[in-house]
Amino acid sequence: MIFLLCLGLVAVGIYGVLAKTNVVKIVLSLLIVEHGVRLMLVVIGYRSQGVAPILAVGSDPAALSASAVDPLPQALVLTSIVIGLSVLALLVALCVRLYERYGTFDVTEMRRLRG
Amino acid sequence: MPQLPFFVAIPLGAAFVLPLLGRRSGRVADLLANATLALLAALAVAALGEEGSFSVGGWEAPIGIRLHLDGLSSLMLLLINGIGALVGVYSVEFMKRYGSIARYHGLFLFMVAGMNGAVLAGDLFNLWVFIEIAGVASYALVAFGREAEDLEASFRYAVLGSLASTLILAGVVLVYAVTGRLDLAHVAVMLADIGRSGPLHFAVGLFVAGLALKAALAPFHAWLPDAHPAAPAPVSAMLSGVLIKAIGVYVIARLVFNVLGATPEILAALRWLGMLSMVVGGLLAVRQQDIKRLLAYSSIGQVGYVVVGLGLGTPLGLAGALFHLVNHAVCKSLLFLDAGAVERAAGTRDLGELGGLGPVIPVASRTSLLASLSIAGVPPFGGFWSKLLIVVACIEAGQLGIAIAAVVFSVVTLVYQLRMQRGCFDRPAPAAAAAVVPGTPPLMAAPMVTLAVFCVGMGLLAAPGLAQPLGIASAVAVLAKGVLGL
Repeated sequence: MIFLLCLGLVAVGIYGVLAKTNVVKIVLSLLIVEHGVRLMLVVIGYRSQGVAPILAVGSDPAALSASAVDPLPQALVLTSIVIGLSVLALLVALCVRLYERYGTFDVTEMRRLRG
Repeated sequence: MPQLPFFVAIPLGAAFVLPLLGRRSGRVADLLANATLALLAALAVAALGEEGSFSVGGWEAPIGIRLHLDGLSSLMLLLINGIGALVGVYSVEFMKRYGSIARYHGLFLFMVAGMNGAVLAGDLFNLWVFIEIAGVASYALVAFGREAEDLEASFRYAVLGSLASTLILAGVVLVYAVTGRLDLAHVAVMLADIGRSGPLHFAVGLFVAGLALKAALAPFHAWLPDAHPAAPAPVSAMLSGVLIKAIGVYVIARLVFNVLGATPEILAALRWLGMLSMVVGGLLAVRQQDIKRLLAYSSIGQVGYVVVGLGLGTPLGLAGALFHLVNHAVCKSLLFLDAGAVERAAGTRDLGELGGLGPVIPVASRTSLLASLSIAGVPPFGGFWSKLLIVVACIEAGQLGIAIAAVVFSVVTLVYQLRMQRGCFDRPAPAAAAAVVPGTPPLMAAPMVTLAVFCVGMGLLAAPGLAQPLGIASAVAVLAKGVLGL
């Protein structure tokens, strides 16, 4: 069920990237795609009634690994969010510069380049 | 192998220090960046022929993170750091008119760190992280000129590049969900055990689409002819010569042959993508007026040859593909450096306004001729032998149609390269020619001459049947061995 939500987010985002003409909306659509994939990543490590994967002193490792959620996807998703942030910062800076040059956010009015 | 982390750590550290030191003087930044790149090139030469792993923090795979060096990664390291060092020298003179030289060198080293990491990464997630690092640095470098065109090209490149990265990440996630492993060798072993399932096929599709976008294979090529010409010439040389191979073609080859397994369907998809790139890149290059756009379309076409060779999957096809990859890396970076020299001398890149530059910048004129002949596949240059290998491998594999297309588009390559050569250097200058700055500064000429020597030398080295020039044969062996084992 929740995988369908991920797929939906990715689909909505890709539609936005392709169909929107406002550069800010394109950047936002890109974020939606990325969040769809990140949600999928987190969901893969989920286990219902799982406990935090922290091994306390004296506790049994086998019992923990039988009940803990998978910690790896959480670490991966944090990394991917940080990287996503740096790309987002760059994209937003480009949007600001583009606005300074063209006085608009509309890509159809930015036509210095032929495809 | 304790030296492996240095390939990532040295450029990352230097990239961090550069903007701090370089604020005082550009000369310090130039020196530091070039010393770093020269050191990396020396390390890459020393790593040639070596093989081994480094476990980060002493944790063994599959729990720990591994950096892995083998024949294929040492060949890529040599290309990245060797060409990077030459381009770094060229940048000293060329980038003067752009200002903020320390930031430029910082971003450049950041990109080199990303590419080095990508070819050394031993697990899927770090592979993705390094692809992103190289990508982010290249988006910023494309926009470095801060002209309207540069910003527009960079925006388009950044959006499509991030979309590609997201697809690759989704593929990584699916592979992790299926196998519970991220280390390349462990994933390969698990996949061999549990067989292929629906999610895995989907993951393969995501990888191919994302990486084809990164490698600018047609029909995923639309960003490249904007992004590569918009960047300053040394950056274009690095992007077209090395980046699309290090984070595109290399990753495709590594994943398909060593991890996911080269099934007939994937190989057929690669052949189609390669063939389409060959045709689209070649045909569109012929009509371009801007010399850097012409070279950018040519890159799409030539990477098509490489991917066709990979798609054959035979040892001969792989040898041709990797040999052509090396040839194209050397020739195309040289051609972009020549285009930079032309732009600097004439103040324009438009073929309609250029001309008569042969006596004005003789170094660029002659090196560009050598590179053009090599990339077009004129004997006895390297490009001839690599294209010959690909064509023979096509015939051997029964792919006559691709063989014929490869020969035809080789002639098309010669046509557009000679058109550029004639338009820039040989014919008399048009009446309305812009102001001309004669001569090439020695710091720009030296890397161009060095690359030209490699262009010629590779043909001579390769003539008696691929006698281990630059470790290409051991790189082919890595791919031909199939999926990794423990």
